[in-house]
Amino acid sequence: MHRTLEHAATSWKGQPVRGGSALVTVLDPRARVVVAFGLSAVVVFAGGLLVPAVGLGLACAAVWLARLDRRATVRRVLTVDLFILVMVLMLPFTTPGQVVFNVGPLAASAEGLRHAAAIALKANAVVLFSLAFMSTMEAVTLGHALARLGLPARLVEVLLFTVRYLEVIGREYKRLRAAMKARAFRPRSNLHTWRSFGYLVGMLLVRSLDRARRILAAMKCRGYTGTLHLIDAMRLQRADGFFLGLAGATAAGLVVLDLVGA
Amino acid sequence: MHIVDGALSTPVVLVGAALAAGGLAIGLRKIDADRLPEVGMLSATFFVASLIHVPLGPSSVHLILNGLVGLVLGWAAVPALFVALLLQSVFLGYGGLMVLGVNTVVIAGPAVLVHLLCGPGVRRGGPRSAAIWGGIAGVVSILLTAVFVALALAATGDAFVPAAKLVLAAHVPVMLVEGVLTAAAVVLIRKVNPTLFEPAEPGAPVLEEAEHV
Repeated sequence: MHRTLEHAATSWKGQPVRGGSALVTVLDPRARVVVAFGLSAVVVFAGGLLVPAVGLGLACAAVWLARLDRRATVRRVLTVDLFILVMVLMLPFTTPGQVVFNVGPLAASAEGLRHAAAIALKANAVVLFSLAFMSTMEAVTLGHALARLGLPARLVEVLLFTVRYLEVIGREYKRLRAAMKARAFRPRSNLHTWRSFGYLVGMLLVRSLDRARRILAAMKCRGYTGTLHLIDAMRLQRADGFFLGLAGATAAGLVVLDLVGA
Repeated sequence: MHIVDGALSTPVVLVGAALAAGGLAIGLRKIDADRLPEVGMLSATFFVASLIHVPLGPSSVHLILNGLVGLVLGWAAVPALFVALLLQSVFLGYGGLMVLGVNTVVIAGPAVLVHLLCGPGVRRGGPRSAAIWGGIAGVVSILLTAVFVALALAATGDAFVPAAKLVLAAHVPVMLVEGVLTAAAVVLIRKVNPTLFEPAEPGAPVLEEAEHV
């Protein structure tokens, strides 16, 4: 428990790609964002079970091509699955329909089982798509890609500032926790612990905002007038065209498959 | 509390996206250049807080703190929380991509409501009443979050009603923790830097304040 607590704030950085470059990382970030959202939409809004299953297969292939760290990926996916486990397990028993089997007094229906399977397939497929296509780029690159795709400039700026401060806050949090630990604080399930965490969060906010104001002052000294100029050289290459075409054809195929299957 | 992709029906997902887009439009208009670092900081704090686990009985809960973010940011909490949720779903796989809108409404909606409801109480009055209003903000924000999740599930289908009830029940202990925590945080902030809860005016003299820090 304590180990997870101390490591908790470090896991935001996303996935390191093994071996430096993978097939996915050479592609244009905008193309990767579009494909991740597009394929996710096709899978999520599918009516039947076939398309989510095929989608999950594609997502696994994408993870393989992205050469993600296998253990980290499995851990992330398991976190999501633990999260939906209760709902997926409950669903067969709360959906009325044709009874397939009984557990004690509870009856599992075929409709409920199908629905539960669809949720599990879709949730996992989307997580794997975003881990494969998007978590492999730096968060700042994601911001630039979203800006180039037409997200409001202000929203992208909030994102860029957030990314910048994640590390700052994470470090500040660890410093404050270390100070508490040095004073023999051990988190337990009591009022004292919760109040101490409240003070911790309050202090985190106060210090962070002081820091934010100093940073703003420093930025103004360097000519900041309210616009962050995004400097990058995103250009669609031939490989991106091929990738987008392939993904588009796949998406279209899946939509047709869903319409025919349903 | 994140809802994953695939669980909700298409109309619920679309309504969530539309509401989130509206909230974002309002929130973004409240953010001028001077406030940008502050919003980024709060967004990052929400992100980090969700990775902090607090022991509770035999298990532990992670902090949500949307009430506190709402108290400090008001409507600007919507973009801040949206960005944190986007980063979480892209880099950690929490939640999903299509349900981002619903998740934003579920987390940021209570933040804004708490700001309107408890904001004045936290700003004015003595430390004791500020602590009480802070505690209310912590409890109510989680309660509303749980209610919104339950509503989204229940609107998807009757089969989800038991799951929705479970969500409500599971959030009761979280409400307790967040209430105490938010009250303590409010007391500390009031003592150390009460300007944090002041409604930010566009073009406020940020630079002069910074000199003393």
